[in-house]
Amino acid sequence: MDKGKAVMGSGRRWAVEFTDNSTSNSSRDIPDPPGFTRASHDPDDSAVSKQKKDAEANWKSQKAWEVAQAPFKNLFMMGFMMWMSGSTVHLFSIGITFSALWQPINALRGVGKVFEPYKDNRVDLLAPKLVFIALNLVGLGMGIWKLNTLGLLPTHVSDWVSSLPPAQEVEYSGGGIPLY
Amino acid sequence: MNMAIRVFLLLLIIFSSMYPTLCIYEDQVGHMDWHQQYIGKVKHAVFHTQKAARKRVVVSTEENVVASLDLRRGEIFWRHVLGPKDVIDALDIALGKYVITLSSGGTILRAWNLPDGQMMWESTLSGSTPSMSLLSIPTNLKIGKDDVVFVYGSGCLYAVASIDGEVIWKKELTSEGVHIQQLIYPDGTDIIYAVGLAGLAQFDAYQINVKTGELLKHSSMVFPAGFSGDLSFITSDIAVTLDSTGSILVAVHFQDGEISFHQTQVSELGWDFSGPAVLLLTKLPGMFALEINKSIVFIKVTNEGKLEVVDKLGQSTAVSESLNLSEGQQAFGLIQRGDGKIILSVKLGSDWTSNLLQETIQMDYQRGNAHKVFINTYVRTDRSNGFRALIVMEDHSLFLLQQGEIVWSREDGLASITDVMASELPVEKDGVSVAKVEHNLFEWLKGHLLKLKGTLMIATPDDVAAIQKLRLQSSEKSKMTRDHNGFRKLLIVLTRAGKLFALHTGDGRIVWSLFLDSLRKSETCQNPRGLSLHQWQDPHHHVLDENPSVLVVGRCDHSTDSPGVLSVVDTYTGQERNHLGPTHSITRVIPLPFTDSAEQRLHLLLDVNRQAHLYPRTTEALDIFQRELGNIYWYSADVDKGILKGHAVQNNCILKIADSYCFNTRDLWSIILPSESEKIIATATRNLNEAVHTQAKVTSDQEVMYKYISKNLLFLATVAPKAVGPIGSVTPEESWLVVYVIDTVTGRILHRMTHHGSQGPVQAVFSENWVVYHYFNLKAHRYEMSVIEIYDQSRSDNKDILKLLLGKHNLTSPITAYSRPEVIAKSQSYFFTHSVKTLAVTSTAKGITSKQLLLGTIGDQVLALDKRFLDPRRTVNPTQAEKEEGIIPLTDSLPIIPQSYVTHALKVEGLRGIATVPAKLESTTLVFAYGVDLFFTRLAPSRTYDSLTEDFSYALLLITIAALVIAIFVTWIWSEKKELQEKWR
Repeated sequence: MDKGKAVMGSGRRWAVEFTDNSTSNSSRDIPDPPGFTRASHDPDDSAVSKQKKDAEANWKSQKAWEVAQAPFKNLFMMGFMMWMSGSTVHLFSIGITFSALWQPINALRGVGKVFEPYKDNRVDLLAPKLVFIALNLVGLGMGIWKLNTLGLLPTHVSDWVSSLPPAQEVEYSGGGIPLY
Repeated sequence: MNMAIRVFLLLLIIFSSMYPTLCIYEDQVGHMDWHQQYIGKVKHAVFHTQKAARKRVVVSTEENVVASLDLRRGEIFWRHVLGPKDVIDALDIALGKYVITLSSGGTILRAWNLPDGQMMWESTLSGSTPSMSLLSIPTNLKIGKDDVVFVYGSGCLYAVASIDGEVIWKKELTSEGVHIQQLIYPDGTDIIYAVGLAGLAQFDAYQINVKTGELLKHSSMVFPAGFSGDLSFITSDIAVTLDSTGSILVAVHFQDGEISFHQTQVSELGWDFSGPAVLLLTKLPGMFALEINKSIVFIKVTNEGKLEVVDKLGQSTAVSESLNLSEGQQAFGLIQRGDGKIILSVKLGSDWTSNLLQETIQMDYQRGNAHKVFINTYVRTDRSNGFRALIVMEDHSLFLLQQGEIVWSREDGLASITDVMASELPVEKDGVSVAKVEHNLFEWLKGHLLKLKGTLMIATPDDVAAIQKLRLQSSEKSKMTRDHNGFRKLLIVLTRAGKLFALHTGDGRIVWSLFLDSLRKSETCQNPRGLSLHQWQDPHHHVLDENPSVLVVGRCDHSTDSPGVLSVVDTYTGQERNHLGPTHSITRVIPLPFTDSAEQRLHLLLDVNRQAHLYPRTTEALDIFQRELGNIYWYSADVDKGILKGHAVQNNCILKIADSYCFNTRDLWSIILPSESEKIIATATRNLNEAVHTQAKVTSDQEVMYKYISKNLLFLATVAPKAVGPIGSVTPEESWLVVYVIDTVTGRILHRMTHHGSQGPVQAVFSENWVVYHYFNLKAHRYEMSVIEIYDQSRSDNKDILKLLLGKHNLTSPITAYSRPEVIAKSQSYFFTHSVKTLAVTSTAKGITSKQLLLGTIGDQVLALDKRFLDPRRTVNPTQAEKEEGIIPLTDSLPIIPQSYVTHALKVEGLRGIATVPAKLESTTLVFAYGVDLFFTRLAPSRTYDSLTEDFSYALLLITIAALVIAIFVTWIWSEKKELQEKWR
């Protein structure tokens, strides 16, 4: 089913780049329209843009916090599911447990990516990141705890000695009742 | 495509749920099991060849079997196996329709219906003194309206009505200690003669009225020189015997109560006879036979009472009883052994020099000499007499000869197996494959299509029959090479006759057989007998080109101090590799846990003088043994004295001829059981080859119990001396059963327990760290089974996970019995309905699979019982966790599940033992039950979790996969097209 997309992707023949960040005239073939002065535009706009950027940074940090707190809701959901699945090993409980383990691990692996859109010089992402990591670790802990309640963690002596072969004996003895 | 995946998953689930259950379906019978019926060595045979009925021969055997065999093909029409103590003394046919057997020392007389073998009547003839048992069936004698059978047993003479077994009269003939040796009834008279000897010096003859049992006349005469013991009867009034020195022949005439002796020196007979003579018990017309100087001399008694030597033949001659021919003549058969052949001659009683018949038949050397011959006559088309002969060979096989050819043969030596060993088959190499029919692809596909039809239930009855035939005759299972699962093996069996057979586990056929020279009767070895089989060489790794071999241990005579014989036999070829003997006596054979560079196992053989002899006799073996000398112990259990002793191997023996392979032993410890209160009745040890997977047992609460696993444990059962007899011979108060678990290195008693009010017989089996035993509880009037499990307490403090994680524990380091580990034993008892003949336990390659006990029931069947039923941790109300662990709620008796009979509907008559052999497939164990019959099957105690079943339809799987692949492609192309259309829209 993915084939269609692949075809579309490779089938792109042309494109128009609407954004243009170049400032020097020399690189441009087309002159600026009359009445448009590139030089005067920049300083005039800076105050506005600064304000804009502040707002953006605020928004970003707000969003980052939102993202950081997102796993919290998940935790409750997960906890409920785990409680529902019971403590016996069967398909459902194993599925729940592994998704409970997989989600935090996946999230932790992609911490950088999750906070990528909110990356800004002015935004301090450390705190939300830490919160995000901490919450995911809690989720992971819950998963492990669930794994343990299912008895799938080797925390008992029995898990380590159950396949130990019998010890070799030094002495050997045979015999018995004489052959009749 | 989702749909396709779903279908695939569904099919997978269906396939994976098609495991076989514990019981099998009717059409699976004979698929992986086989059953063979035998009768044992024939000792009496009576032909029944009346015109109308089917021709048959009725035989009784040394395995206490009465059987009727088809004279045309040798098949069994019917068969009855009497108990092990019910020895058949005589067999005959009465009234032309009843087979009469006299058994149990002349106390039980039975009549069996000739056509179908139903028992018609049974009479118990009680008597006081044990004596010979004789049976005489007169042809034409009626007392009142009844035909009569004369029986002498337990010192009494009985006349029994042959129609209903009613005793007509009884006469006690035990006065003055007379031992009756013959009943003589001259046809048409009213007198029966009972003739015998009293105290080896007096000849006695009784004349008894056949109608009333009244003693008419008792005459006796003393012979001062004394008799040798046996009488040979020539005619109805002449008997011949030897004097006590064996040098004088005495002809006794006892006509009409007048007894007279005629003495003849054996040396006077002419020929050159020297040495003592032995009278052979023959029934020849006017003749008798003596064995002198390893040859058989036939002597004729003339009408005047003179003795005449007629012929002298070799020792290996077999003579039949005389047979009445139509013209009042009597004939008899003789079998002589030639080179690779036997010569049958039938002669008339009156004329030794000419033969009525002489035939030479090729006979395999592996069958030994002829032991017995029975002849029967028939009228040929030209109205002359034809003869057929039933021959019993030294290896107990049975042959019917007619017109110079072997009509049929039976391998009845296999009815008396004494020991079993399993051996691997050769590895399949190019050009070695012995399989005759290799499937070609078409055949293979056809077979699987048929199976597919069967699975989908669209097969016609013809197809079903074809499927069944395919299953049973699968060439795969009878190939002569090793298979991947280890199901194909050779069973090497040793029979009482001293013959080795190799049976193929696939179909039970005999691959080779070998009558060992060392176990044949010879001058140096008079009564040779095979004792046991041991694995001598079992090549695994670096010496795979060597063939595996077994050690056969035998003994020359019945006493324990008689010289022993040893042979090593190659199990691939069935050839004797080398043999030794007669040599020192052999009382115990101890296979040691060491092998030399050729993977020959070291064996220690102990003789009567408690000297240990090391085998194989190579310097390499000696080096290995010397290195391990300090750690080798042995123990002896003396049943008569009630002493258990431990010994250690010390230094070389001091003999006249220096023997560096002989070692002295010294006593280390002894356990003396009080002889007034305990008598050893059973012992059990672990099988040396048993594999144990783990030393830990995990309980439901994740705790660990360490099993005390030692190869040096002995289970010993003793009973009160009074309670040795049969069940019911003692009261519960004076009977008890004491069981011990003893370490045989140190003599330490690990566990001792008394069952009050219980008695034997005790059957026990020891495996891993547990022992299960079966006995009778007199108080409850029921059989009981108990289990003892032994756990090592000294290991239980290994609880630090970190240490275990880092491997810093001493759980796998070698242990010594002298460290006296603290053990605890757990035990539990249960009632059991059946009495048990033998107990065994399943064994698997790695010991992972759970175990089943195999019980040989009194009904000669094998019952599988899960070990979980015999678990000392069973409680009445197990917790949820314990239930999950598989602990069954405690009940007072063990269940018998009809589906768990391993032998399903079959019986292994005269069951004596069950051998289990692990297959290479961990889930599966091979079971061989032997007695008079043989039965083999495969068992999977935890079901076949590691392989697909044989019924698995590979064709169906292949078709499904092909269909799914096609479906994937079709749906892919379809979706491509659809997507393209979407885009153009």
